[in-house]
Amino acid sequence: MTTTTAASAEPGERTVRKSSPGAARGPRRTGRIKRIGLPYLLLLPALVLELLVHLVPMVIGIVMSFKELTQFYIRDWGTAPWAGFDNYSVSVHFDEPVGEALLHSFFVTIGFTLLSVGLCWLIGTAAAIYMQDNFVGRGVLRALFLVPYALPVYAAVITWVFMFQHDNGLVNHVLHDQLGITDKPSFWLIGDNSFYALLTVSVWKGWPFAFLIVMAGLQNIPGELYEAAALDGAGLWQQLRRITLPSLRPVNQVLVLVLFLWTFNDFNTPFVLFGKTAPESADLISVHIYQASFVTWNFGTGSAMSVLLLLFLLVVTGVYLLLTSRGRKTADV
Amino acid sequence: MNPGAVIAPSGKGTEAAMRRIRAAAAGAVTITLLTAATACGGGSSDGGSNASPKTLTYWASNQGASIEIDKKTLAPELAKFEKQTGIKVKLEVVPWSDLLNRILTATTSGQGPDVLNIGNTWSASLQATGALLPWDAKNFDKIGGKDRFVDSALGSTGAEGKDPAAVPLYSMAYALYYNKQMFADAGIKNPPATWDELIADGKKISKNGKWGLGAEGSNASENIHHAFVFAKQHGADFFTADGKADFTNDGVVAAVKQYVDLMAKDKIIAPGNAEYAQNQSVSDFAKGKNAMLLWQSAAANLKSQGMADDAYGIAPVPVQSGTPGTGTNVNSMVAGINLAVFKNTKNLDGATKFVKFMTSDAEQKILNGAYTSIPPVKTAQTDTAFNSPSNAVLKDTLAKSAAALPQVADESQFETAVGTAIKGLFADAAGGRAVTTASVKAALEKAQQQMPKK
Repeated sequence: MTTTTAASAEPGERTVRKSSPGAARGPRRTGRIKRIGLPYLLLLPALVLELLVHLVPMVIGIVMSFKELTQFYIRDWGTAPWAGFDNYSVSVHFDEPVGEALLHSFFVTIGFTLLSVGLCWLIGTAAAIYMQDNFVGRGVLRALFLVPYALPVYAAVITWVFMFQHDNGLVNHVLHDQLGITDKPSFWLIGDNSFYALLTVSVWKGWPFAFLIVMAGLQNIPGELYEAAALDGAGLWQQLRRITLPSLRPVNQVLVLVLFLWTFNDFNTPFVLFGKTAPESADLISVHIYQASFVTWNFGTGSAMSVLLLLFLLVVTGVYLLLTSRGRKTADV
Repeated sequence: MNPGAVIAPSGKGTEAAMRRIRAAAAGAVTITLLTAATACGGGSSDGGSNASPKTLTYWASNQGASIEIDKKTLAPELAKFEKQTGIKVKLEVVPWSDLLNRILTATTSGQGPDVLNIGNTWSASLQATGALLPWDAKNFDKIGGKDRFVDSALGSTGAEGKDPAAVPLYSMAYALYYNKQMFADAGIKNPPATWDELIADGKKISKNGKWGLGAEGSNASENIHHAFVFAKQHGADFFTADGKADFTNDGVVAAVKQYVDLMAKDKIIAPGNAEYAQNQSVSDFAKGKNAMLLWQSAAANLKSQGMADDAYGIAPVPVQSGTPGTGTNVNSMVAGINLAVFKNTKNLDGATKFVKFMTSDAEQKILNGAYTSIPPVKTAQTDTAFNSPSNAVLKDTLAKSAAALPQVADESQFETAVGTAIKGLFADAAGGRAVTTASVKAALEKAQQQMPKK
């Protein structure tokens, strides 16, 4: 897809651009303004709502992060004293308990996100490739695979909570009672194992999305490519490496980014799984920030942590997009 | 140039679409993220008014076995109130897991109920927010005066020296519930009066899948309630006299360790209880899995789970030695529910009338009877209905050997920080890790560092 696409993209854009100076000449100018203005006019309501719904709360959030917003002031934010960068310095003093806990939570989240996204992508892609060939029951299987993604989060995760229970949970019943893998029933919702419990649920819930997107991406790869490759003597593995994966590149690029952001920010899964305070080994940053603000009633620090998280994710996303798009351009030439 | 390029081939379409999606994704980061940073809208500082005198919104805490049962219990009483005053009360029963957050959100936004139930231990914390109507002498006069209420209940209505932030509604105390049949099977004649006896009895019972005692290891509030009593019994407090957090003094460390040791060392609590937070230990007790339970006013709950009243006995919570009393022989917190008026109410008169109604002798008898709690109103407490043997234990405890949790502004944070630390210690005990004085102290130290600095 690479070479043809790049060659066609450039002239295409130029053609569009060329048409506009021509229209600007003479008395048709007002008409042109109208023509150009209309889309913006139509966009205006959406823009205003966007500002109202997204930007205003964001700005308030940032303002909050500079205030000492504790229980004594939440009733009337205006009276909360300005804290300058105090909330930030508390959050980033990593040798102090608050900063240390935040950093710990940050690393847990990074590890968790990398593993979860990696596994989601791997399982989703593998499943999508297996589902490419036509066989009896393919439709049923595809539908079945999507169930975890379609289920409401709460219903799905609370079911996992029951399965992970120490005394009556299905997981221990299978691992311990039936297979005898562990010498005694393990704890999944407290202690160190909770990381794996969280990872399991996250992957279980996330991979169908990867499956869906990759499956859609696969439909776009022309069958002739595989036929030609087969004629040239390429095996399955080579076809996968040389045709499937490169063709899926733009799809994967977005998929991985979206999965990364969703997983990094996931609040529902750990919250339903562990409640208001997560075990240390599974202390994801979203729940950590929630705890920092709602449980200790210190909304200023919570906001400061959120803003830091926002900055981090903006940087990650920016660098990611820069690297991947640069990679794409060089590949295109 | 390639003329075919004008008609965009599908490859270009995908590219453009991808670029758009990428831009959208970048936008999405910005958007999804700061939703986390923003809580709810602005607050308002105006006081109450009488702008809407015909309706009231009432948030009730979940006192019965379920929210549905609570609605059924309260509905006829609210109908009575409407008949008397013409004010319609909109009832919402809020689960305990949400109540404090809901109140905080209401405080922040200024949009809340008119009248609400609060856990009495939160009184001082919520008082500090200024969201609740202070009960000064004038307000108390409207509901019949402060001296209608028992002192121990009034001791849990806010910081000392300030007007109470709420009035007592239901009083409760911890007691030891024991399964008579299981005690008889193990050859135990009398319920234990000291912790040593409780451990000895527990060891007799803890075998063959049965356990001596139940606990809610992952429930921060339950952990705090027990740790507080153990601390008192060690002559220690979690706060210094001037209200500073002091979680690592020897008495507190010993107290927390003694509580967790019931699972870690004495092994009379099933390890699985370490992850309990939804009253599973009450169900276990009702099903005969645990022979003992330390709980507040459990009778109604046990009944709804199918346990007959005569299947269990109620005794005072054990002490280190001697009999329950004051000082180091405290054996319960002053548990209970307070009724508060939201300062931003649009129906101040109606709200006050409602508080008067709910604390009237008649309603106190009906509601405390239904919830098997003790009326904090003196005249209602003397009713014969509250003189049954089980209620006698609770009443006695409240009158003689219960102490109020610290009435400090940071109480709520204390509950969370220390309660969570104990949850972690239970997790250690359940996972087979050693629980030592050093590890307890380290956990408490960490909790103390999380407390607000001043």
